[in-house]
Amino acid sequence: MSSGYKESFSIVAGDFASAGEVSARIKSILRMIGIDPAIIRRVSIAAYEAELNMIIHSFGGEMTLKIDSGSIHIDCVDTGPGIEDIEMAMKEGFSTASPDIQMMGFGAGMGLPNIKKNSDEMEIRSDPGGTHLHLKFNIV
Amino acid sequence: MNTYFHSVRLDRDKCKGCTNCIKHCPTEAIRVCNGKAQIIPERCIDCGECIRICPYHAKIAYTDPFSDIGRFKYKIALPAPTLYGQFKNLSSIGRVVMGLRLMGFDDVYEVARGADIVSCAIRERLACKDNLPVISSACPAIVRLIQVRFPNLINNIIDLKSPMEVAAIAAKREFAQKHGVNESDIGAFFITPCPAKVTSIKNPDGIEKSRVDGAFSVIDIYGLLASQLKKPGVVTIEGPTASVYGVGWANSGGEAIAAGIQNYLAVDGIVNVIKVLEEIENMKLSDLQFFEGLACPGGCVGGPLTFENPFVARARIRALSSKIKNAEPSCEYARPYIDDGSVLLSQPIEARPVMKIDGDMLTAMRKLEQIEEITARLPGLDCGSCGSPSCRAMAEDIVRGDAKEIDCIFKLRDKVTSLAEQMVELIGRDKKEK
Repeated sequence: MSSGYKESFSIVAGDFASAGEVSARIKSILRMIGIDPAIIRRVSIAAYEAELNMIIHSFGGEMTLKIDSGSIHIDCVDTGPGIEDIEMAMKEGFSTASPDIQMMGFGAGMGLPNIKKNSDEMEIRSDPGGTHLHLKFNIV
Repeated sequence: MNTYFHSVRLDRDKCKGCTNCIKHCPTEAIRVCNGKAQIIPERCIDCGECIRICPYHAKIAYTDPFSDIGRFKYKIALPAPTLYGQFKNLSSIGRVVMGLRLMGFDDVYEVARGADIVSCAIRERLACKDNLPVISSACPAIVRLIQVRFPNLINNIIDLKSPMEVAAIAAKREFAQKHGVNESDIGAFFITPCPAKVTSIKNPDGIEKSRVDGAFSVIDIYGLLASQLKKPGVVTIEGPTASVYGVGWANSGGEAIAAGIQNYLAVDGIVNVIKVLEEIENMKLSDLQFFEGLACPGGCVGGPLTFENPFVARARIRALSSKIKNAEPSCEYARPYIDDGSVLLSQPIEARPVMKIDGDMLTAMRKLEQIEEITARLPGLDCGSCGSPSCRAMAEDIVRGDAKEIDCIFKLRDKVTSLAEQMVELIGRDKKEK
């Protein structure tokens, strides 16, 4: 038996009907494992933002949750246009979402800043072929 | 206290072992085992959804026997405002008060007056709260729900007692002063629309001991009270009555309106409340000032222990309210109860985590893997025939050691088919050998 837990979830581009289901699933997994509620809250906020980013901006991809005794990792790997200017994307209020998306109440430009604020470590690699976002949360 | 009192119980003789309750329980607290429902006490929040849904009335709520009023020298009735909506052609709230007096109570103190005091307290308390939105503490089923499922939100719950508790304090104090008797000789009895209130009296959260001495359900006293109301008589109400706002607490949104809050969200029906609490926990509603969540549809008027349809009851309460003289709660009256801390909770509300599958994290992760494996093998129909509310819940029960895979009728059918095939094969081989 492995000494950790791993599960992957696929995320479909433009699937607003399922928006939030993957992050809700992750939340319930963390509850069952008995992670500190305050950490669960941070993970689920970050996972929700990342999930929506993939639905809104990417062509779809996979979110993988990994848990070991010291930390929680979330890897979001998508194909898609990538993030053109990561530095700009990290600024609160900066958004490349279309007016249609903004009409739905998304794309306020708080996604990546919120993810960064709620995670202990964040790494983004992006090119025109897609984006890989890695998040780490310490369990202490 | 690990095991706590529950008002919601099972009448084993009436239970047919159907799957209605397990499918409707919002905390997945019921299983059907050996043909009878079983409530998992740690998970049950006494919301009463199962009482509402059970077609055989096998889910019952424990309330006190009416003869309990005899335990006290002086008896005060504390009617929930929902009670006023139960009677056809009721000319005024005063008649209900009189009817209760005729039933044997020495005095009647409207819980709506307690609501008036709490409304004034919320107005003041809200200003110094920084965990937004502030969550109402009025519905005990929602408080329990937060304890078991949303521990992050415990600090958002306003640290005020419920109108029922405040009503009991005020009723006893004022009766004792007026008649020069000991408060310990006075019994205060709540007339309740729901089992969660009964539980909150017997096993309270946020206070050491309830000042309410017992509870009778609206439906249990309905007949007796209705017959008193038919008696001709002059209606005289001694002393002040509750305000329109206080009575309005029976309906969803009534509390927020009474407290004069503009930026509020009122949600009724426990499934709806769970969805919104998820949003609050994910910090998506941080611009909201006040959240009022009520477990029953329409608010307390939809309580499972009421007699009348909640929509009818709401309309009747609205009609009766138009006859109430004082529209606003009197904060002058509330002042002493606010200033001496009577309205405040005296203990922290504690989390009761029940979702964990194991105390050890690594073991929990291993068990979770097993749950995923088993879930993948199950048919995914969520039929409930095994006694668990869904295939995933069954997988959890198997890993916890409370169920076996063969409890699934589809798994059983496969097993029987395979055994039958083996038997046929065996018979065939025997014949050949002969």
